[in-house]
Amino acid sequence: MWDWNTAREGLPVVLDGFGITLLATVLGSVVAMVLGLLIAVLRRAPTRWVTVPVRIVVEFVRSTPVMIQLFAVWVLVPSLDPLTIGIAVLGIHYAMYTSEVYRAGIDAVPQGQWEAAVALSLPRGRVWRAVILPQAVRKVVPALGNYVISMFKETPFLSVITVQEMVHEANEYGSVHFAYLEAFTLAAAIFLVASYPTSMLMRRLEKRLAQ
Amino acid sequence: MSEFLTQFSRSLPSVWQGVSVTLQATVLSALLALVLAFVLGFMSRSEHLLVRGLSRVVVEFLRGTSLYVQLFWLFFALPILGFKLEPMACAVVAFGLNYGAYGSEVVRGALNAVPQAQWEAAVALNLSPWQRMRRVILPQAWVQMIPPFNNLLIQLLKSTPLLSLITISDLTFQMDQLRSTTGNTAAAYVTLLVIYFVLAYALTLLMNALEAVAKARLGQGSGLRHVLKPSSAGITDPDGRAARAGGV
Repeated sequence: MWDWNTAREGLPVVLDGFGITLLATVLGSVVAMVLGLLIAVLRRAPTRWVTVPVRIVVEFVRSTPVMIQLFAVWVLVPSLDPLTIGIAVLGIHYAMYTSEVYRAGIDAVPQGQWEAAVALSLPRGRVWRAVILPQAVRKVVPALGNYVISMFKETPFLSVITVQEMVHEANEYGSVHFAYLEAFTLAAAIFLVASYPTSMLMRRLEKRLAQ
Repeated sequence: MSEFLTQFSRSLPSVWQGVSVTLQATVLSALLALVLAFVLGFMSRSEHLLVRGLSRVVVEFLRGTSLYVQLFWLFFALPILGFKLEPMACAVVAFGLNYGAYGSEVVRGALNAVPQAQWEAAVALNLSPWQRMRRVILPQAWVQMIPPFNNLLIQLLKSTPLLSLITISDLTFQMDQLRSTTGNTAAAYVTLLVIYFVLAYALTLLMNALEAVAKARLGQGSGLRHVLKPSSAGITDPDGRAARAGGV
């Protein structure tokens, strides 16, 4: 049965892992944002030798479970520390999704903008940096934000490769004190408290940018 | 490597059993999620504030608390309260509730996307609310629901390795056994990833077929002949769920 004392004592322990959870989410998001953009640009490369392999990789990584990817990298590259692996794998996994978001944003830039850039004879790099990307990225910021929230809620997977994030701590506390009820309820509540306001914010941002 | 292949072919029956457990969990959860998605989706369009509010609260709760934690809560915490579920039941309930909440946003979005004129026309033809839904609105909304449902289904499939963490001998568990008997970690994990990829692709093809049939019923597209061509419908976006309805 629920015991308030156990819950009160467990809270700092569970919150202790929250720092790692946040760290993994933030760094993982940075990887996903940067790599996703790179993939989106590569998918518009002029040669099939680039676009087809990129597409295959995106489809494969996206269609396979992140938990197995984590395990595989963890066992195959034992020299890396688990948190680094977790951040890299989550980041790469989500990059496949953000690349689609960027792609939609890039596709939504009017053709006239490309033509104008060509007419001004801007070099290719400048076309992307100065004309296309600023317009493409602005529109997709809320969608990217939603992936950050998704990733946040998938960080518990990192516990399977021994990263001591929040759920790992909750599980440990639960098993030692036989307080699974308190520990996992706290973990769920913390997730809710952290993710709900963020998703509200994203929704508002989406509405504002849509106008 | 060749030693791995011999072992793999020898343990094919247990791998196959793992596949069937994984698929069983996927299908059962998907069915529960589908039902819940429709119930919550319709509730969110209700005229009564109370019904609408209830659906909102349930959806936000289920989406906001992480599938991983929900599953572990059902498996470890619920027995302490005196309700013990079979591991498989835990999985189906957790997956079904979680993905049902995401699915309800898909249902809501698709119903909202049916043009207002269609609703008005159905009213003007004096169809009953039930007929209106079944004959006019749902066939159109359904076509729009299938691609985001496909995304959710793939997401659901990709969550099933969690089963192995709550003592179920799913595909991941069986391949892990094979990994420890052969000692060939790389081969075992790559095989596992490939099997998951094939399953995901098969599900996508199935959903594309469903979409083609649904479209043909509306007089769009050319039915099943369309399906085997590679199309953009195979592209998944896990938060089609989020992008469509705004917010995760």
